[in-house]
Amino acid sequence: MHLKKTLCAAIAASLFSVGTANADNLTIATVNNGDMIRMQGLTEDFTKKTGHTVEWVTLEENVLRQRVTTDITTKGGAFDIMTIGMYETPIWGKNGWLVPLNDLSEDYNAADILPAMAGGLSHDGTMYAAPFYGESSMIMYRTDLMEKAGMEMPDAPSWSFIAKAARAMTDRDAEINGICLRGKAGWGEGGAFITAMSNSFGARWFDENWNAQFDSREWSDTLNFFKNMMDDAGPAGFATNGFNENLSLFQQGKCGMWIDATVAASFVTNPKDSKVADSVGFALAPDNGLGKRSNWLWAWALGIPAGTQKEAAAKQFIEWATSNSYIELVAEKEGWANVPPGARTSLYENANYKDIPFAKMTLESILSADPNNSTVDPSPYVGVQFAAIPEFAGIATEVSQEFSAAYAGKQTVAEALEKAQAITNDAMEAAGYK
Amino acid sequence: MARAVTTKQKAINTAFALGVALLIFFPILWTILTSFKTEAQAINDPPIFFFFDWTLENYYAVQERSDYMKFLWNSIFIAGGSTLLGIIIAVPAAWSMAFVPSKRTKDILLWMLSTKMLPAVGVLYPIYLLFIELGLLDSRGGLAFVLMLINLPIMVWMLYTYFKEIPVDILEAARMDGASLRDEILYVLTPMAIPGIASTILLNIILAWNEAFWTLNLTAAKAAPLTQFIASYSSPEGLFFAKLSAASVMAIAPILVLGWFSQKQLVRGLTFGAVK
Repeated sequence: MHLKKTLCAAIAASLFSVGTANADNLTIATVNNGDMIRMQGLTEDFTKKTGHTVEWVTLEENVLRQRVTTDITTKGGAFDIMTIGMYETPIWGKNGWLVPLNDLSEDYNAADILPAMAGGLSHDGTMYAAPFYGESSMIMYRTDLMEKAGMEMPDAPSWSFIAKAARAMTDRDAEINGICLRGKAGWGEGGAFITAMSNSFGARWFDENWNAQFDSREWSDTLNFFKNMMDDAGPAGFATNGFNENLSLFQQGKCGMWIDATVAASFVTNPKDSKVADSVGFALAPDNGLGKRSNWLWAWALGIPAGTQKEAAAKQFIEWATSNSYIELVAEKEGWANVPPGARTSLYENANYKDIPFAKMTLESILSADPNNSTVDPSPYVGVQFAAIPEFAGIATEVSQEFSAAYAGKQTVAEALEKAQAITNDAMEAAGYK
Repeated sequence: MARAVTTKQKAINTAFALGVALLIFFPILWTILTSFKTEAQAINDPPIFFFFDWTLENYYAVQERSDYMKFLWNSIFIAGGSTLLGIIIAVPAAWSMAFVPSKRTKDILLWMLSTKMLPAVGVLYPIYLLFIELGLLDSRGGLAFVLMLINLPIMVWMLYTYFKEIPVDILEAARMDGASLRDEILYVLTPMAIPGIASTILLNIILAWNEAFWTLNLTAAKAAPLTQFIASYSSPEGLFFAKLSAASVMAIAPILVLGWFSQKQLVRGLTFGAVK
């Protein structure tokens, strides 16, 4: 009997050692946001299922972008999985820097990924990063202030309605600004907002021959409309406000409307942090009657750098983190309001999730953004609030600085556009596009 | 003859000095206060100073999420290691420049300092590639070596200016008494230059502790020091100021304590000469 027990224990031990002999330790670079931090807390589930362990490198978004770009371009191999966005993925995929994710298991059900997300994370039809969560932008507004202004927010408003409502809701004595929008310099800050807005005004960054289009009437209309509305109804110093500044203003009850990332909906409706949590409504980002809305599309996704020694384990992790079962795990532990949104179609068919107040508008916003056809007139680039070319981040940062200077009154809109035109054309010529 | 200072003047001077000190210390004080607020209180407008419900929840959350001790140990190793390596090289270098100068000594000193004028990002890729080749990526030793190189010009300059004030006659007298070069540096020069060496060491530790470009770019999960610990709490999409403040306080606390206890030595080394 004793011998039998010992034998069983030995077999069990040897089986375990076989299991752990193949176990890898993955190093994952990621951004600091609520969903990613939640995932870190649940990693034990992955380790329990696969035996692989995980070490996290969490960085601020811009630091992370620089860090992973340095590593992947030098084939440094510091990370086995990188958290990247819709901007980098198609460019890096095209360069062969990422492992294609076209052989994920059947259980993973890749067909369930929202088409807009899969499209934005692919190059030539091959997906190079799996979306962990996705976002678009939409209007968040104060239902009480809208009612006080005697207006009713439609589900899909126009810019002229938004401007009218913003002016009507503004009450400078009570420190209430009708509308809060991003004016901060930076391609991912004010640059992203104004590019998405310009789509609805019929503007585009480039024509089919990569000529800059800032000398067009559409760009002039976009910037003049934005500046006039913000001067009348925006907060003081809006030229330096980004996501966090506007979130703070909205949560403090100082904004009538805020058009920004759909992920903000969970922040402004959280009574722990927001003073206006119980009076927030949602609507689609505005349009201008030209068939394009001013919402953007973004995803934080997980990709595997080509050349990693731990490709199989990395794929296992991606399958775990971006699967339906992960969504169910989060729902079970932290509730449906905290599951990563915007990646899978089935989430929006889930009866439990449909009850979340901002779920419907988030999905509709994501579905109405098309990165392959984002402008009224044809354009040669992919991307809604950016053009997925390597030069864009540098150019757009400079251009957005000129725009911010115009918002702050340091130069006119016409001067800013003239400089933007020159900056962009020079850079595109230097990069060999023309 | 010393000018007589009236009590009123003294009071004004003291008030002015306190005002300046408070102004300089205010960002740290505000960070400390914010670390004890909730996230909602941290962004309150108007800002809340002292009258809020003090909470330790941010410290608890930071401790829960991050392995603080790992980051702390890495910071100690990297800052300490780079300083030790640096002082071993800088003392003899400064000695030779101060006491056995050549025609090109001044040029070399200026050239060394000029390397500090190059933006760090300009050499990021060459150093990154070298680190890959040498297998030093994400290693504490590699980072300590790089930080030593970066701070070496400042160490040599500080020690050089300090050594220059030591009368060369004292060293000559030691030589005439039969002291070897080693004895001269170890038993004559070093004891006289202890305040200068100590302040150089302290300043280098502070510089290496706070260095955030190379420590973020050359590390990943294993060798990351406290700078990465802080960076992991910063976010452009989400207001986590209270947690970020708690992480910042935890990261600066050790160096703040070190600076507090050694301020006398540091000030003396930076302001007084060797023979005063």
